Parts: sequence; structure tokens; C-alpha cells
Amino acid sequence: MLELKGVTSRYGPVTALQDVDLVAGEGRVTSVLGANGAGKTTLLRTISGLHRPESGKVTFDGQDITRMSADRMTRTGLAHVPEGRGVITELTVHENLRLGLLGRSRHREPLSVSDVVDLFPILGDRSHALAHTLSGGERQMLVIARALLATPRMLLLDEPSLGLAPRISAQIFGVIRQLVEEHGLSVLLVEQNARSALSIADVGIVLGLGKVIACDDAEVLSADENLRHAYLGY
Amino acid sequence: MQLINTLLGGFSVGMIYAAFALALVLIWQSTRIVNFAQAPMAMITTFIALKVIESGASYWIGFTVALVAGLVLGALVERLVIRYVDHDNHINPVILTLGLFIVLHALAAIVFGSSFRSFPAAFDLTGIKVGGETLALTPFSIFTILVVVAVMAALRLLFMKTDLGLTMRATAFNREVASVLGVKVNRALTLGWALAALVGSLSGLLIAGGGLVHPAYMDGVVVYGFVAAVLGGLDSPAGAVVGGLVMGIVLALVSGYLGSGLVPLAALIVLVVVLLVRPGGLFSTTKERTV
Repeated sequence: MLELKGVTSRYGPVTALQDVDLVAGEGRVTSVLGANGAGKTTLLRTISGLHRPESGKVTFDGQDITRMSADRMTRTGLAHVPEGRGVITELTVHENLRLGLLGRSRHREPLSVSDVVDLFPILGDRSHALAHTLSGGERQMLVIARALLATPRMLLLDEPSLGLAPRISAQIFGVIRQLVEEHGLSVLLVEQNARSALSIADVGIVLGLGKVIACDDAEVLSADENLRHAYLGY
Repeated sequence: MQLINTLLGGFSVGMIYAAFALALVLIWQSTRIVNFAQAPMAMITTFIALKVIESGASYWIGFTVALVAGLVLGALVERLVIRYVDHDNHINPVILTLGLFIVLHALAAIVFGSSFRSFPAAFDLTGIKVGGETLALTPFSIFTILVVVAVMAALRLLFMKTDLGLTMRATAFNREVASVLGVKVNRALTLGWALAALVGSLSGLLIAGGGLVHPAYMDGVVVYGFVAAVLGGLDSPAGAVVGGLVMGIVLALVSGYLGSGLVPLAALIVLVVVLLVRPGGLFSTTKERTV
């Protein structure tokens, strides 16, 4: 569904991604793993149009989206979910959710605010609070809920477990898996927390210093002890 | 009686400062730029209104044309100039607006001439009489107050209740997040400048009403309007209104009781005191600002 071919991205003199090939299939969770600085966030920014790759090609459902602007990307059905800082803290929870509705892709049944509040009930309770009063977990739920309102075909999730208590991140991973199984959503998940990410993933990809080091079924990757020690830190 | 009249006069002038301060706040909120060129932009649109009125059209047609010209001018300035400046450096855009200030000034002098011209007022400029006393409240100043209040209410409605307003606020707070949510960020920025320039040209028209215009007639207003906006915290539309009213009343009192020569000094004293005592402004939610 989403395919990268030979993608190279730079920040000034620093090569953040080098000749990356990657496929994220429909209706699956594809986890991209790697340490800090491996290029995970750059990968998502390059796909979603926030950062222009130097070379290579990105296609989504056969359509070349390499140079598409970020706002059009959303309407094409690719929703980038920046990690929790992507909440607009000066707006209320409800206003953040309303923003999600504005970039709707029309590829799926439209969702209403109350539909996503059913997934994360806490957001309903905090509806009129300013988003800066939310906890880390609530912020993460808010950015995911907001992205879902755009009715994407694929979610690009950036470190949803960052800074969260294990119980909360387990809840969030649970909802992600549920969305994939019940609604046929596709997910490209970027995570430092390799163990949790592999537990809900179908396919895992390991990035190291901007290059793809391994790509295999999630179970195969979790069973590979050398790889786990060297790159995944558990 | 003199006190009441001084306060009334200060109140209606304060509403105009409030409108001007609001224009500064609108741009500050969406692009973190203090637009000093707002003054000559408003001067130019007022001159356009004057040309239209002199050609035989009614005051109201001139008024409307000036507001539309403000919208267009604001959009053009953002689209052709501001977009290309390096926003990471805070001082560059501000210097750019100062440069624009000088360029627009000179252009206006070339196109419209630099002599003083009188500008009509929509309503009577004689004070309303109450029980034999003449108040410093004219039908035109009532009009001024009502228009500014209406514009503020309309802006509040736009920003708080409509999708368009929501996209503009989201863009102002976090451009990148807005863009991944499908907001056309550049369009929102252009619209922000256009709206601000519209409010700015409204203040230009209201100040000109029944007085004289020439290329520098708004220069004092940019100082008072800027102090009003800082007083209110630059980030807060409500603060801009209160700041404008405070400035209008303080300056009227200074001018009425101490002498009009002291007005610019008083404005600077207010600015210095605010920056010393509450650097974030009276209404700012953030504690302090780095500029």
C-alpha cells in the first residue's frame, strides 16, 4: 500500500535516511524500530510531506506522493500523528478534535467526534479543557483520535508510547490493534519501545543510522536474539 | 464637566487605538511579527477612500472601498514580501516591516502628494447637548465606538465559532501540526494578514474622519496602538481593546490637564512602566516573552 524506494533524506550535511526501501501493507501494522537518531522520525516526516527527500520515490496506493504537500497528503488518506507534542495546547480538546474533521479524506465512512470519544472516553470528560492541561497519555489519545477523524486509510504513528506509563501505553497499543482488526486501518508505527511495538506488529523493520538493517515478520524479529541485543535493546 | 468630557473624548479615541492594536495583535498571533507597516498601509487605504469620495462617490462607498483595499493590500504584503523573510530570526521580519513603512510612506507622497487634505466624516461632529451642557461625545464618535465594537464581536465570532477561524488559530499556534491536519497553512497566513489590514484600515478611516490626512497622519497612532497592544499582552484581542481604551483615556487626561506636548512622553512612560512591571502585558497568559 505504502512503498518507499531508494529514499535518501538529509538535514543539511547530516544524512538521516540513506537509500531506504520499505513496504507497509494494507490492513497490517508495520513497526519501524531503532534507537534515537536512527532516522525514524525523519522517515515519517519524509513520507508525510513535512520534509523533502533528496532522492527516491514514495508511492501510496500506486500514486506518486513524493513531492505532495502535507495538507494534501491528509486528504489522500495518510494521516501523520506526531508524538504527543502534536496537540495544539492553546486550543481546547474539542477544538483539537474539530481540526481533525477539516482534513477529511472521504475514503471511509465519516466518523463523528462522539465516535472517537467512545474509543477514548477520557476525551469526552475533558472536552472543554485547554489541551495543555492534559496528561501525556491523554495528549497521545487526543492526537490519535484527531487523526482518526480525518478518516485515513493509513496512520503514521510517531512514538505513541513516548514518556507514558506502561499501563497507558498498553491501552493505546490495544486501541491501535483494535482499529486495524475491526476497521481495516493500516498503520506504520515508529517506536523506540521495540518489545511493545513488535507485540502488536505484523511486520518489523529495524533502522540503524538511516539504513534498513532488517525487515521481517514481527515474530521472527522478536525471536532473533542477536538483533534484539544489538539494535532493540532488550 | 471637563473631566467627563476628557474621559468621553479619551474613550472614543481609545476605541480607535484599540482597533489599531487589534490589527497588530492579529498579525502577531498568526506570524509572530509586529507589523509597523500597518500605519502607512492604513494611510494608503484612507487616501484611496479620499480619492473615491472626491471623484463624487458617497462617503460610504469610499469607506467600503478602503476596507476592501485594506484586505487586498494586507494579502499582497504577506504574499509578496513577508513570506520570503527568514522567520526563525525574530528581528528580520520586524526590520522588514520598518522598511515597508518607509517605502509606503514615500510611495504615498509621490502618488497622493504630501499636503494636508481634509477628510469627511460620516456623521455630525458637534457634541451632543445634555441639559444645556455640550458633551464631548459626537454622533461620529458614537459611530466610531459602535463600529469598533461590532468588528471586535465579528472577529471573536470568526475565531471562536467558525472552521475558518479555527484553521487560522491552529496555523498561528503550530504551523506544522496544522499542515498535517490538512490546513492550507499559506492560505491561512495570507488571510490573517488580509483581515488585520482590514481592521487597520478601519482605524485609519476613523481617525481621519473630520480631520486632516497626509502621508504621516497615522505615525502617531502606530506608537499609541503599539503601546496599547503591548499593554494588553500582544497575544490577547481582549487585551488590545482594554489597552487601547487605557491609552486613549490616559493620553486624554495628560493632554487635558498637563498639556498636549506631553502626550508622546506619557505614551513612552506607560510603555516603560508596563515592560518593567508586567513584561508579559496585563492580559498575557505567558509569564514573559523573549523578543
